Formats: sequence, C-alpha cells, structure tokens
Amino acid sequence: MSTVIPPTVPPPGADGVPGASGTRRRAATKLLAGAVSLGLAGALLPAGAAAAEAEGDTMTVAISQPVDSLSPFLAQRLISTSVHKMVYEGLIGYDPETNEPHPMLAESWEPSDDGLTWTYTLREGMEWSDGEPITAEDAAWTFTTMMEDSDAATANGNYVENFEKAEALDERTLEVTLKEPQATMLSMDVPILPEHVWSEVDDFGDFNNDEEFPVVGSGPFTITGHEPNQSVTIEANPRYHGDVPEFEKVVFRYFADQDAQVEALRKGEVSLVSGLTPAQADSLEGQEDITVNKASGKRFQAFTVNPGAETQDGEEFGDGHPALEDKTLRQAIMTAIDKEELVDTAYGGYAEPAEGYIPSRYPDYYWEPEGDDRLAFDPDAANKMLDDAGYEKGDDGIRESPDGDRLELRMHTHNDRPDYVAMAPIIVERLADIGIAVENQEVDPGVLSDALHNGEYDLIWTGWSVNPDPDYVLGIHTCDALPEEPGTMRGDAYFCNEDYDELYAEQLAAYDDPEKRAETIKQMQAILYDEAVVDVLTYADTLEAYRSDQIASMQPQPDPGGNLWGQDGHWSFSGAVPAESSSGGAGLSGGAIAGIAAAVVVVVGGAVFLLVRRRSVTADDRE
Amino acid sequence: MTDTPTAGAAPPAPDAAPGARPRAGRVLRYLGGRLLTAAVSLAAVMVTSFFLFRILPGDPVAAMTEGREVSVEQMEALRREFGLDQPLWRQFLDYCAGMLRLDLGVSYEFHRPVAELVAERIGPTVLLAGTGTLIAAALGLVLGTRAAWRRGSLGDRVNSSVALLLWSVPSFWLGLLLIVVLASGTGWLPGLFPTSGMMSADTAGGLDTAIDVAHHMVLPVATMVAVVYAQYLMIMRSSVLDEMGSDYLTTARAKGLRDDLVLRRHAVPNALLPTVTLIFLNLGRVFGGVILIETVFAWPGLGSLFYSGLKVPDLPLVQALFVIFASAVIIMNLLADLVYPLLDPRVRT
Repeated sequence: MSTVIPPTVPPPGADGVPGASGTRRRAATKLLAGAVSLGLAGALLPAGAAAAEAEGDTMTVAISQPVDSLSPFLAQRLISTSVHKMVYEGLIGYDPETNEPHPMLAESWEPSDDGLTWTYTLREGMEWSDGEPITAEDAAWTFTTMMEDSDAATANGNYVENFEKAEALDERTLEVTLKEPQATMLSMDVPILPEHVWSEVDDFGDFNNDEEFPVVGSGPFTITGHEPNQSVTIEANPRYHGDVPEFEKVVFRYFADQDAQVEALRKGEVSLVSGLTPAQADSLEGQEDITVNKASGKRFQAFTVNPGAETQDGEEFGDGHPALEDKTLRQAIMTAIDKEELVDTAYGGYAEPAEGYIPSRYPDYYWEPEGDDRLAFDPDAANKMLDDAGYEKGDDGIRESPDGDRLELRMHTHNDRPDYVAMAPIIVERLADIGIAVENQEVDPGVLSDALHNGEYDLIWTGWSVNPDPDYVLGIHTCDALPEEPGTMRGDAYFCNEDYDELYAEQLAAYDDPEKRAETIKQMQAILYDEAVVDVLTYADTLEAYRSDQIASMQPQPDPGGNLWGQDGHWSFSGAVPAESSSGGAGLSGGAIAGIAAAVVVVVGGAVFLLVRRRSVTADDRE
Repeated sequence: MTDTPTAGAAPPAPDAAPGARPRAGRVLRYLGGRLLTAAVSLAAVMVTSFFLFRILPGDPVAAMTEGREVSVEQMEALRREFGLDQPLWRQFLDYCAGMLRLDLGVSYEFHRPVAELVAERIGPTVLLAGTGTLIAAALGLVLGTRAAWRRGSLGDRVNSSVALLLWSVPSFWLGLLLIVVLASGTGWLPGLFPTSGMMSADTAGGLDTAIDVAHHMVLPVATMVAVVYAQYLMIMRSSVLDEMGSDYLTTARAKGLRDDLVLRRHAVPNALLPTVTLIFLNLGRVFGGVILIETVFAWPGLGSLFYSGLKVPDLPLVQALFVIFASAVIIMNLLADLVYPLLDPRVRT
C-alpha cells in the first residue's frame, strides 16, 4: 500500500484562506524571481560569446601611466615616446643588437669636411601609411618647425638647438647646417612627421594628434585607437618600408597598480609586463607559460654630494655642509660604501655594482677604474684617509672637520622609489662606521626637487636613464649647466670642472672619429669618479615578463641581454613572433560569463529575497 | 428713507490666511540665507584651492621633464606657457577671472582644457560612485531595519559586526584582495572578473560594451559597497530603535496591525529621515570619494585623474578638481537643507 504523503500546507490562520493564498503568492514570486535571474544570465551568454571572438594576433602590454599626448612635439611621458617610436621613424636609429647607428628613414649620411653640414639620403619609395610618399621635405619641415615654433620644440627642442638650417635639396636629400660640429647627428631619432597632415595645424601647443584615426605615420605600426586614460591601440602598417610586423595589433592597457599588472599577466589578460620588482620577478620565475627577462639596465642609481652650490657667475647659495668641498672627504665617503651590499639588499641580486657613469650595457663607452684609482670598499682605509686629513673623532664617534664643523650631513631620499628607500639606511650605517652622522630624510619628490634647486642639501639621491648616445647625461655636469640664478636647473649636482668641460666639447665635436669620442668620454668618467661629487652606486637590472603562450619571441636590445620594453627603437614589437595557438588579448571568456551571471543572480535574487520574505509569524501576531 | 446703520459694516476682513504672508517671508529668508552661505563657501573654496596647491613643494616643469633630455630654454618656454613666470598676484587674478568665466584652464600635462578632461572622466566616476552609493544605501537600509527590529538577536549581532568589520578595512586593501582572489583566481577558483580598468580594448559597442563595463564594475562596486554600507546600516538601525519606543507604534499594534506593516508603514518612514540626509551628503561626495578605489582598479574617473595630477602638480587640473569636489558637497548640503523641511513637517519653524 503506497502511502501518499500529503504536501505540507502551512497551518491556516484563524481566518483560514488568507494564509494559504499568501504562501502560494510568496512561492510564486520567488519562483518568478529565480526564473528572471536565470533568464538574464542566459541572455548574457550569446552576447558574451559574440564578444569573445579572437581577432587575429593581438599583443596586450601593461603600462603604468596613461599617455599624456599623442603629439611627438608635446609628449613627455615614456609611454608616449615609446608608442611614437613604433609609429614614426626618425632618420637614424639604433641597431637592435649592438646599439650602433642604424639607418631608419635615412639610408646613408655624410658630414662635410668641416662637420658643419650633414647630408642625409632617404630611402627610395617609402610611403606614409596613407599612401603619400615620404620625402626629405617632411624631414625639413619637421626640423624647421621645431626650430621656429616654441610649442613644437616642447618635447625635442634640444635636438635642434645647434641647427642653423634644415633644407630638402630634392625628394631624397636632406641637408642640415649646424652652428658648430656635433657628434650627436648620428643619433637623430627625432620622429619625422608628415608635412601634408601637420602643416594644417594652427597651434602646436593645442594639437594632440588624436582627432583622426588611424594616425598617419611611417613606422611598422599606426595608431588606430585611443581611449584616454585607458588604452592605446596600434595596428600593423602594411605600407611600412621594412618587414610588416607579425602581430596585427598591439594594445597598451593602463594599470594603475603594479601588482594588478602582474595578476593580469598570470591570468593571460596581458602579454607583457615590465618594471617588475625583484619580488615579483622571483614569484613569476618558473611559472608555466611565463618567461621572465632579466636585462642589463639603462639606468644608474646614484647620490650626489653638495660641493658648494653656485650659479654660473660663481655666486654661492644654499647651505651645504662646508666640509664637503674637500675632495678627500668625498672620496672617503665613497670608500666607505659596500656596493655589493646595496645590490643584495635593495635589488635581491638583480643589479650590478657600479663605478663608471655609463652603464655596462654600452660597452663602447663603459669605463671602470683600475688599480690605485679605484675607491674600493675599505672602511679602514677610509678612516685612515680622514684621520690623516685632520678630521678628528669626537667623544661620540662623530668627526669634526679641521675648521671645527661636526660631520652631520642630511640625506634627501625620494619616498616613492622603494630602491632608494631601501639603500638609504645602509648608507647611513656605513658612513656612521667612519664617523659621519647622516640624517636620512625620506621626502616627497617635490620637496627633494626644491631642496636641490635651493642648494639646501648635503647628499641627494638621483638616477638617470642613459641613451645609446650619452651626450645629454654628460652635458648636465658642465659649468654651462649651472643655473644662472638659484632655481631650476637640469642637472642634479653643482659640478663644475674645467678639464671636464674641455673634454665634453671635444667629444661633442668628434663626429668623425667614434673611437676618439669613446676615449674622451671614458676620460670624462674618470674625472667624475675621482671628484666623487656624483657617486654612482648601481646599475639596476630591468625586469620584465611575458606570456610564452602568446608571444613566441621578441627582439631584445641589445642582443643578448637587453630589454624588451622601452627600447631605443621598435624592434621588440615589430620583430615579435606570435605563439602558435595564441588567441589574442582581452575579450569576454567563459569565466567572464560565469562571473557576470553569478553577480546578476546574487543581486536580483538577493533583492527579491529581502523584499518578499515575510517573517514566519504566529497566528496571534498576525492579528 | 430710513437710514439703516450699515449693518453689514463687518469688522475689517482679516487677511486671507492669518499666517501665510509671514510664513512665505520666513521661507524666503531661510532660502536666501542658505544660498548666501553656499555662495560664500564656494568663494572660500576657490581661493583656498589656488593657494593650497601652490604650497605644495616641487616645480611642475621640473617634475614633468624629469629624466628627459630637455634644455634650459625648453624648460623656460614651458614655464612661460604655464604662466608660472608671472608674479603670484598676477596668477591669482588670472585664476579668479578664469573661474568666474567658468574657464577651468589648460592642463599642463595633457595640453587639453581641463573642462574637457573632466567631462571625459565624470561619467565613469558617477557610474561607479553613484551605483555604489545607491546599492550601499539600499543594503544598509534594509539590513539596518531588520537588525533594529530584531535587536539583540543573532541576526542583529552578525549584521552589525560584519558591517563594522568591513567598514574598518581600508578600501584599497580590500580592492587588492578581491583582485587577487576573484580576478586572478586562487587555487581551484578560476578568475571570474577582470583585474582592472573600465572596459576591454576591443568591444564592439552597444550592448557588448555595456556588458563589458558591467563586468568590470563588479569588483570596484563591491569594494565600495562593502566598506561604506555600515554607515547606512548603523544610522538606520539606531533611527528605527529610536522609533520603536514611540507611542504611536504602540497604538498601531493595539489597533491590530500586523508586525511588519507596523514596521514598514509607520516606523521606517519616520526613521528614514536621518538616512535621507546621509544619502544626500554622500551623493555630494560621489565625485571625490572614490579616489583610492579608482586608483587600485585603474578606473578612469575623476579620482584617479586628481591623484595623477597631484604628483606633478598639474596646477590647473588639481585646482579645478578641488573646486568641483567641494562644490558638489556644498550643493548637496544645500539641497539636503532645503529638502529636509519638506520631508519632516516638524522641522519647519
């Protein structure tokens, strides 16, 4: 005999009917809510699937700052200039393997005997991405505009400072006349812009090159999209004079947070991440489908010592410690520092101890001190140097200069650079070992910049990214670079040395003798090292990672051991090879659908639940 | 002819409504007073904004060109372009004149009018913060009411504790945690949401883009709601608790009304008043209130714009944004002051 279990019916209220029908109403509403949620989720599936179609080979790169301007005349940020290198070529670039001058738009170049006239011959048959021919007129127009319009000179004006005239002799020949010979004519990688598009512009200070897409350019890619503050998209340019890139599309996506970039890489949302910290690089090492690239750095990290801030006229200002004018003290400071320790503590081993001003990745200019010239780590020797020079130790171990000033120095450290912050306390300790008390001030970069320009510092952290042509970073230490009045200057040390200036002029004029130029630059580094005003500590490695299931290979610069992002050229992107089964970057995946569906169900279901639910009540309460 | 006394010589007709004239006057005075206060506040904000950011250390030109190969001439040209070579009083007058003309200036870094940058970024911020505020308010209201009605129960204690716990958590920490757990996935849990940004770069537009944005919005909104809903919950809870002891509720129960009708139709509407004020005030903070969340999720809104502008400092940009953020709060305060008497007759003096 089967037992029929009666369906449970809630006890009827005192009036019987309303309770039961109320229950049925509640149940019906809940079912309806459930159906609506699932229906919405289901509706998302086809829409999502449509969006998930892969679009050919796409690389997604995580960037740390949005683009400030797409105009090469105005852009200052590294991301902007990096994108410009991919969409505009200059006359001469840098070879991907050796960093030597490499023909880009110009296939050959020739200086005159006196070095004042340079003749560039452009390649034949080049076209802008819109089909117009690329001629020497475009180059002449670009340079002349930079020379004449101060807005157009905002970003790259220093390249044309020494230009007298830039003229196109014919379609393929450009003649540049200089005021004085300069060797940096071999590194003319200023983007050349299309005259037929840009001559229409009224005000270069206003024009950000972001009104019409695709943007007309000459490089292996063209800019096809720009979501301000979110992403920039470039696509392969079929009219490029060289090999058309294998990646059809590259998207640069902005991530405010470095950790979020790494998470996106793990997930496969981005293909390339750069600027990793040592900890991040370690955590990505050995991960499946991720390749970590450790490259010799372009940057050096250093601190400069205040040797007595002064203007070009020799007027002194600021309040640097007077004892720092003594070279012996400065050299003792260098001798007390153990750079290996800095490499281990601040960089987890991902750096090189440094001595020369030019990083080792530029073997032509790299210099190392030898023998007695080397200020190797030796606290005993440092102590002896100071004892012999008359710096007596007081009772508390702090020395006094022969003039009676206690050696109490201030050190200004950028609070937004974790590596400087990590290294600063070590410096404080090492200098305490030789009787110098250092007060480490971790400050806002703005405060630090003010301290530098007012001469109100003793030790101050700094660092520069050095280009394959190191002229600029060498030039900031000439006497010319001193400020005319106390205030902003481009350099970071009030360094002024006649011999150095002479050598600087020599290297700049040595346009026809690269070996002599290299030799001169090495001598300049020797002077900087000996004077110990600019104290170079490390060359930090560049740490990057990419997904090997999306990118089979990328061209480093230099090769081997170079970096992929931030190159002097477009080689890593134009020469990148997609992995076999790559399906590209962002798009709605199955996981995404599940995520949205889950969220919808939670929100709708929860809302209905909260609104419809009645507390279970007893009969008398109901009354 | 009999001279009848003007029997109908009624006493002088009283004014149509004895209290109306003075009452309208009172309202106008109240309104006028509030508007004047708001205007004075706005003026003070404008002046403060100018001087506040000029106190910040650092030179915008040096910060913008840091590490770049620029000559001294280029830096001087930039300084002239930005008007930074003028004496301070001159810059202040230019600034005031600009503000009165509603000209917000040109950003140093982006070389675009600030008004354009704001217009671009205001949508994402309002979308994120507005949605977050509304959801947090709704959630807080409902949960607060339930908690108060069953004060002391396990549900109440759990609700309040969870809300306060989340309230005390820093928003950027929670955001990063959600990114790690839900966006990149841990262990067997797959990544369900994008790690950052407002949309993917290659959506087709229309419904696709809307769904994409919604997908990106889940984590930032969840973070915001989680750290903020406790406000609404606690205020609603305490308002309802206040109401619960009232006589009129006892009357309602005595009349035989069901418990939840008593709650919904009598207690809650009265308890809502403080929460309404809170909602208005928080809506005023919609523009500037989500800076940390926008930064962590790279959400392209006003908050992250302000944060990046501060680092230079991009003076026209941060000045204008500061004035906008403060104005929103002032205006919503004003509205709250004006709306409250309409909602609560007891307040009308």
